[in-house]
Formats: sequence, structure tokens, C-alpha cells
Amino acid sequence: MVPELGQFALILSFCLCVLLGTLPLIGAGTGNQLWISLARPLTAGVFVFLSLCLLILAYSFVTDDFSVQFVAQHSNSLLPIQYKITAVWGGHEGSFLFWTWMLALWMLAVSLFSKAMPDDFVARVLGIMGLIGAGYTLFMIATSNPFDRVLPLSPADGADLNSALQDIGFIIHPPSLYMGYVGFSVVFAFAIAALLSGRLDSAWARWSRPWANAAWAILTIGIALGSWWAYYELGWGGWWAWDPVENPPMINWLLGTALIHSLAVTEKRGVFKSWTVLLAIMAFAASLLGTFITRSGLLTSVHAFASDPTRGVYILGFLGLVIGGSLLLFALRAPLMKSEFGFASVSREVFLLANNIILVVASAAILLGTLYPMVYQAISGGELISVGPPYFNTIFVPLMSLLVVFLVLGAISRWKKTSVAYLKQQLLIVAVASVVLGLILPLALTLEFNVGASIATALGLWIVLGIVQDIRLKIANKPSVLAGLRSLAVAYVGMQIAHFGFAVILLGAALTSIYSIEKSVLLSPGQGVDLGHYHFQFDGTEHLSGPNYEAERATFQVLRDGEFVRELHPEKRVYTASLSPSTEMAIDAGFTRDLFITLGEERESGAWSMSIYIKPLVRWVWLGSIIMALGAIVAVLDKRYRRLKVKTLAQEASAPEAGAGVPGGQTA
Amino acid sequence: MRPFVIRVRLLCFGLLLGFGAVMPGGVSVPAMAAVDAFEFETDEQQRRFRQMSDDFRCPMCQNTSLTGSSGGVAEDLRREIYLMIMDGKTDEEIEQFMLERYGDFIFYRPRLTVETLLLWFGPLLFLVLGGWIILGIIRRAQPMTQEQVALNDEEQQRLKALLDNVKRD
Amino acid sequence: MSRLKLFIPVFVFMVMAVMLWRGLYLDPRTLPSVLIDKPLPDFELPRVEDEALITKADLPDEPFLLNVWGSYCLPCLQENPILMAAKEAGVVPIVGVNYKDKLNLARLWMDDNGSPFDFSIMDADGRLGINLGVYGAPETFIVDGNGVIRYKHIGVIDYKTWDEEIMPALAAVKAEATL
Repeated sequence: MVPELGQFALILSFCLCVLLGTLPLIGAGTGNQLWISLARPLTAGVFVFLSLCLLILAYSFVTDDFSVQFVAQHSNSLLPIQYKITAVWGGHEGSFLFWTWMLALWMLAVSLFSKAMPDDFVARVLGIMGLIGAGYTLFMIATSNPFDRVLPLSPADGADLNSALQDIGFIIHPPSLYMGYVGFSVVFAFAIAALLSGRLDSAWARWSRPWANAAWAILTIGIALGSWWAYYELGWGGWWAWDPVENPPMINWLLGTALIHSLAVTEKRGVFKSWTVLLAIMAFAASLLGTFITRSGLLTSVHAFASDPTRGVYILGFLGLVIGGSLLLFALRAPLMKSEFGFASVSREVFLLANNIILVVASAAILLGTLYPMVYQAISGGELISVGPPYFNTIFVPLMSLLVVFLVLGAISRWKKTSVAYLKQQLLIVAVASVVLGLILPLALTLEFNVGASIATALGLWIVLGIVQDIRLKIANKPSVLAGLRSLAVAYVGMQIAHFGFAVILLGAALTSIYSIEKSVLLSPGQGVDLGHYHFQFDGTEHLSGPNYEAERATFQVLRDGEFVRELHPEKRVYTASLSPSTEMAIDAGFTRDLFITLGEERESGAWSMSIYIKPLVRWVWLGSIIMALGAIVAVLDKRYRRLKVKTLAQEASAPEAGAGVPGGQTA
Repeated sequence: MRPFVIRVRLLCFGLLLGFGAVMPGGVSVPAMAAVDAFEFETDEQQRRFRQMSDDFRCPMCQNTSLTGSSGGVAEDLRREIYLMIMDGKTDEEIEQFMLERYGDFIFYRPRLTVETLLLWFGPLLFLVLGGWIILGIIRRAQPMTQEQVALNDEEQQRLKALLDNVKRD
Repeated sequence: MSRLKLFIPVFVFMVMAVMLWRGLYLDPRTLPSVLIDKPLPDFELPRVEDEALITKADLPDEPFLLNVWGSYCLPCLQENPILMAAKEAGVVPIVGVNYKDKLNLARLWMDDNGSPFDFSIMDADGRLGINLGVYGAPETFIVDGNGVIRYKHIGVIDYKTWDEEIMPALAAVKAEATL
């Protein structure tokens, strides 16, 4: 009975989404205040009913209702309670429900924090998000219903949740990733609403910016969490694999990065409007494409399920309708957005544009690599190729290096016009210092010259020293350093924090790739092995029984230059329900290096095979991501957005109908 | 085909990374890292081994390198790579060995052929296109440079005339 | 002209959408074997039945099936009746490659389920499998009388694949041999 309530709630959500996607939009178009005012209550309704769906699905998991197919496939009566709840997003149907709920959450947030915007604009934004929600809910009802039952012959127990997903990383990674992913639909809705109303002005960019920054920050965290989870769960030291299912979030992130910068230009200078709108559409398209790729079975390679293409066809149809329609609308409406080229050939605008182009080129290249096996198969008549990390690294690393060069130029130069002499004066010393230190530092620390390490260090320092130089300039005429720092705008501080985070990621990613060492050995209890400065002493293993698994737990003493560091306990588990084996690696995480051990097999001699890794600076990849996301959050908190909102409110009071339903009425 | 898939799942422990496992479209494989116990004589051999295991695809798996997969043919292929490295074979010889048996599919770094020209040079093409767009915009932005914003002779005279008029009033 | 430029994104998108739609219907399982029309690799391995060492020379000198199997392999069990029927009807000689298996388990499997094989080659360390470009059991090759691989099927053989793929391919190879 309870799952059927979920089913009803799902259908009701769909109906409410359809209403939300039609009435307020029509109302905004015709100036019908009543229909415009329906947007917020309908949004609340969608949120309530989708929350109900989610709760009911969670309830079915907690009560072990294996007559629900999705529960039977992804849970088990022995599963610890926290994993029963997180199993809600442990498979296709449930994770899609979760995804749709996230959309409703964003919608609710927009309806609550948009009091300063004109009602008709909010109605349009919510209406467009309602249409997206209608597409998602219909998709669930038609092809992926999480409440489908297995009746009358329900299984006595479930098949269990994939052991790799029974983990803290998995509890927090998908919500964050989805939240960021879906967040870009807010910016998309703002862009489409602006296109529809013709209101593509600085105010629109100002309203969009906090949402774009928030979505981007959460997506950054989501991707970092995914990378961290893969790193410690998969056990071979990889933290980024350029997998076809990892690439869409990356593409989305790159486009999102371009978007938040382009929005800044549009807000401050009123230029690049059509470019910004196009980016908003592309970022959202990337998130839909990601959905398509991961859920249609496309690109999953050999021996995969001969998957029923219905889901794929549905998502593709939706993608075609939403993105095709948006791009068409863009083509028809973009001529209304006349941007004045009010800037010189050396200016912040141009450098930001250059960075935008590089980011889009990187996205396009990743998309090309991701889809190329499919293209190749079509043109070669069935031959298969693989495009993997070696390709993506070859393409991505040079592009990002180029990006870093422009990053500092863009951050330090001024709007409208910057003289080359000024840039030279400010940055020559930064450039010289980073190159010299880039050459010296890795050499001094490792006593070995490595071109890649030197370039990476130089680029990282270029960003960091560039930030220092810029802040120095900004506070040069203030009475004291402290007073100077206090005088900096919050949004500016946010930007510099984010750029600093980027430098940290760059250094971490490059240096850990270059300097990681590893050794695979066969050790009997009592034996040890040296790696780098460390000695790993294997004491033996003991048997351990977990709640739903059996394990062998090993004990290692780790010594550095003869001094005890700590004990490490890697495990080898077999989950009882599915009999699937799993390795739990032991990690000693550190700011400067990670040590980790993965257990292999026990041989007949009693010796164990194992891999031991030392990965310098690998933490910096995630630390940098956190710093970067923090920067974006700080920028969102800038009072400027709130202050300006009050101003718009005042304007609105004097001219309530400004821009409403008048195409092109507000274009610059 | 279904039972076959189950077997593949058991055999192929390489997990499609992160996001794949989150929304696997029905496919889920347990995670298990590859652990060998190969002894190398030099660090260079160890490095080459890791490099090659990273650059070849596990033919059985969803989408993992030989490094990321344990069991089945991936394990055997790593052993062959190890033996060939210890045997003094060059990288080219090892690649040839793989190509003869598994075809282009095994290379994560696609070989440059007519059919992969677009793959390898596409990004460069995008970059050139992007550079061209920027140049176009910079050219259009030129009117704002100081020299051009500065008044020309004719305007200077008109300004002078205007100022004169003001003075006269 | 500049207005037409604005339609470039929607055009690019449409091309991509059509490609993706085509992609949905591509079969990613049609793995070609690079070994087609290449001679079988050399080997010297024991027979599962009696552990006698055999080489390529001991293989049938008429067209035959080479079936890669293992006792751990569920689909091998599934296709076994088809292969058994083929053996009983004397359609074609079948040679097994017992891939990455244990001798006692392989023998037990053959006792329990019946062996459709004239004999099975024991490839315990999987090296013959690698030389054959094997992905995993089951896989089935058609080898002609000259020891050249002519056809390869990856995955389980059901009645449909047997009738529609294996038999026609086998007939073609046989017809060529009698010319």
C-alpha cells in the first residue's frame, strides 16, 4: 500500500509540474497576474510531493519491503540502516528520483530567495524549471519507476547494495554532485526567462550570479568527493580516470567555470550577453548529456547489457526538445542583445574571453574524446577503439597550462583598457620569480630535474604570486596592511580564494602524478619492504566478522627513516549476501604525502601479495577543490548582491511593469 | 546474454569509476584493485610496467585500464607485460604484441590513423577556431584604444569652435 | 550573415543529437577479432582428459570448433546442451580450451555435465587464451582444415546464434574445403 502512495505522489508531482510549466509562463506572457502568482505555490506543491516520494522510497528500504523491485535489487535485510537509506540513490530509478527532488529543492530555493525580483520574471524562471521537472517525472513514470512492484512472487530477501557503495564517500558524493549538476538548471532557467522576456540586462546577470556560483561551488565539491571516493575505494591510487561517465560532470564544470566568469563580465560591463546565455544553455545541456550517457547504456563498452534503448530515446527526445528549443530561441532572440564593444584589445574583458574560449575548447575536446569511439564505430563499419586517460591528459594538460597564463593576466588587468606597459610592470617580476623558483624548488627538494614538475611549479607559483601582487597593488595606498585587507570587496576576496584553490589543485595533481612511487610485493608475516624513505613491516593478518561481511585484516608497522610512524590495517572483505570480494585499503593521509596499502591475495605459502604506494601531495587535489568552492561561496555572500536587490526592489516599486511581456523592452 | 553478464561481473572487478557506480544504468561490479607481486630489477622497469598497465584497456571490463582490474584476462595481460619487460622487449614490441591479439580496442591512446585524425587534431582545430574568434573581437574592439578615442583634427576644430562659442557668450 | 551565425549552435546540436541517436542503436558487442584469417597460435599444453602434451599438429585436419570454456563459467553450462547435440549428431569436431581453470574442477565439470569435446586443451595460465585474443569464457572459434581461424563468436551460443551464425559460417568453411 505505502509504495502505491509513492506512485500517486509521483503522478501528482508530474501534474503539478505540468501546471507550473504552463500557467505561470502564459501568465507572464499575457500579463495575467493571477497566473503569475501561481508559480510559488505550485513550486511548493511539487517540492512537497517529490519529498513524499523520496520519504516513501526510503521507508520501503528501511522496512525491507522487497516487493518493491528497486528495493529488492539494491538492498538486503542485513544492510546497516544508514546504507539502507543511502541505497535510495544506489541505483538508476532511485537516483533519478533523488535528482528530480534536487531540482524541486532548487526551485523552492529560487521561489524563497527571489523576493527582490519582479514576479513575472520569477514566474518564468519557475515555469521553465517546472517544464524540466515535468520531463523528469514523466521519464520516471514511463521508463524508470522506483515504485514498481514484484508481485505476487516477491523475493524473500534483497540482492544487496554494491559493496563499493557501502561507504561514507558514497553517502555524500551523489547528493553533492547532483545538487551541483541540477543547480545549473537554475541558471539555464534564468537565461531562458531572460530570452523570453527580452530582459537581458545587467540586472539579469546580477540575479543569476549567486545561483551560478552556488551551483558551481557544489558541483566542484561533488566532483572532488567522487574523485576522493574513487581514490580510496578502488585501491590503485587513481583519482581521476577520464571515464565516459566522469567526463560529463567535468565538461559541465568547465562550462560552468566559463559561465561564472562570463556572467561577471556581463554584469559589470554589459557585454558578452549572447555568449553568456549560450554558455548557460550549454552548461545545462552538458548536465542533460551526462544523464543521457550514464543512463542510456551508451558508451558502456563490450559485454555490457544489451540495454533497452527506450530510456536513451526518451532522454534524447527530451534533450532535443529542451536544448534544441533553447538554442533555436537563442538564435531568434540573440539579435536583440546588442553588446557595445566598449573595451580595448588589451583589457580584462579580452583576457576573460580568452579564458572562456580555452574552457569551451577543453570541454569540446573532452566531448570529442568521449563520443569518438561511437563515431569511429559508425565510420569504420563496426571497428572499436578506446579513448582513455592518455588521450585526455595529452589534450587537457596543455590547455589548462594556457588557461593559467591567462588567468593571472585577467585577474590583474583592468576593465575596458589595460596598457601593456602596466601589465609588464606588475607581472614581469612575478613571471621571473615563478620561473626561477619553478626551476629551483623541485630540484632542491628531490635533487632531480624534472621538466613537468618545474613547469607545474612555475604555473602554480605564477597564480599564487600573481594573487599576492594584485592584493599588494590594491592595498598599496591604505594606512596599514590590515586596513587594506579589510577594505577589499568580499566578492574580490572570494575570487582570489578560488584562484588560490585552483593553484593548489594544479600543484597537487601535477606533482602527485609525477612523484608517486609504488611497489607490488609478496610478503610473509614478519617480512618488510622499503619504499622511498619508508619501511613497511608486515605483522600478519587476523580474521574479522563485520555486520554483513567477513574480512581478513592485516597489520603493518610503518617506519620513516627507522622511526615508528603508525600502524596500518588494510582489509580484504567478502560481502556475505552477494559473495562479492572487496579490498579496503589502509591510508595514512598527510598534507605532504599519502601512504597506502592494498591487500591482494593470500598465497598457498601464507604470504600475501600487496601493493604499497607513496603519493606526495595527493590531498592537495581535494584540498584545493574545497578552497575553490569556498571562494565561490564567499563571493555569493558579498553584500553587494543584497544591497543591489534592495535597489531593484525600489525601482520595481516605482515601475512595477518594467520589462514585463515586452520583448526587447530592456535590452541595452 | 544475461548469465554471461553475471559471469563478466564476477570476472571483471574493475569498477567503472565514481559516477558510473552511482548511476550505473543497471551494471554494477564490486571494486577490487589489482595487486600483483612482480619483482623488478630497476625503477625504470617498474615505471614502464605501470605506464603500460595504465595505457592498455582491460578488454573484459566496462571501462578500466589493466591497472584498475583484477582477475581474468587483465591479470594475465599484466603478467605478459611484466615478462616482456623483463625479457628486454621495447615498448613498441609490447604494443605490437597487444595489437596482434586484441586490435586497436586495447589501446587507451588511439593510434594516429586516417580515422583518428579528427580525434587527435580536433582540439587543435577548436583552439584555432577560438583564437580566430578572439582575434575578430579584438579587431572590432580596436576603436576603443586611446589613440582612436582621442579626437581627430576635424573634431578638434569643432571642439575649438564650440569652446569659442561658449567664450563669446 | 551575422544572424545566420546565430543558428550555428542549434545546427551543431542537431548533428550531435542525430549522432547520439544513431549511437543508441550501434551494438557495442560486435568485437572484431584481429585473428580472423590468421593461423592458430602454436602451443604445447596438456590435455584435460589424460594430461598428455599436445601441439597444434594434434588438432583435427578438417574444419572444427574451438570452444573456450571453464568450470566456473555459467554461460558455458548454458551452451553445453547445444554443443552436446552437435557432437552427438556428428556435425563438427569440437575441441575445448579449458581456460584458466583447475584440472580437478574441469574434470568434475565434464563428468557432471558431459563433454561435447573431442578433447580439451588445458590452458591453466591463460597464455593460449591471450594468443587467441580471448576476452573471457565462453568464446567459440571456427578453424578450417589448414589451422586458420575463420570465425569468432564472443559469448554464449544459444539456439538462435547456432542456427543463424555458427552453422552458416561453418557451412561456408566446409564448402570451401571440399572445392
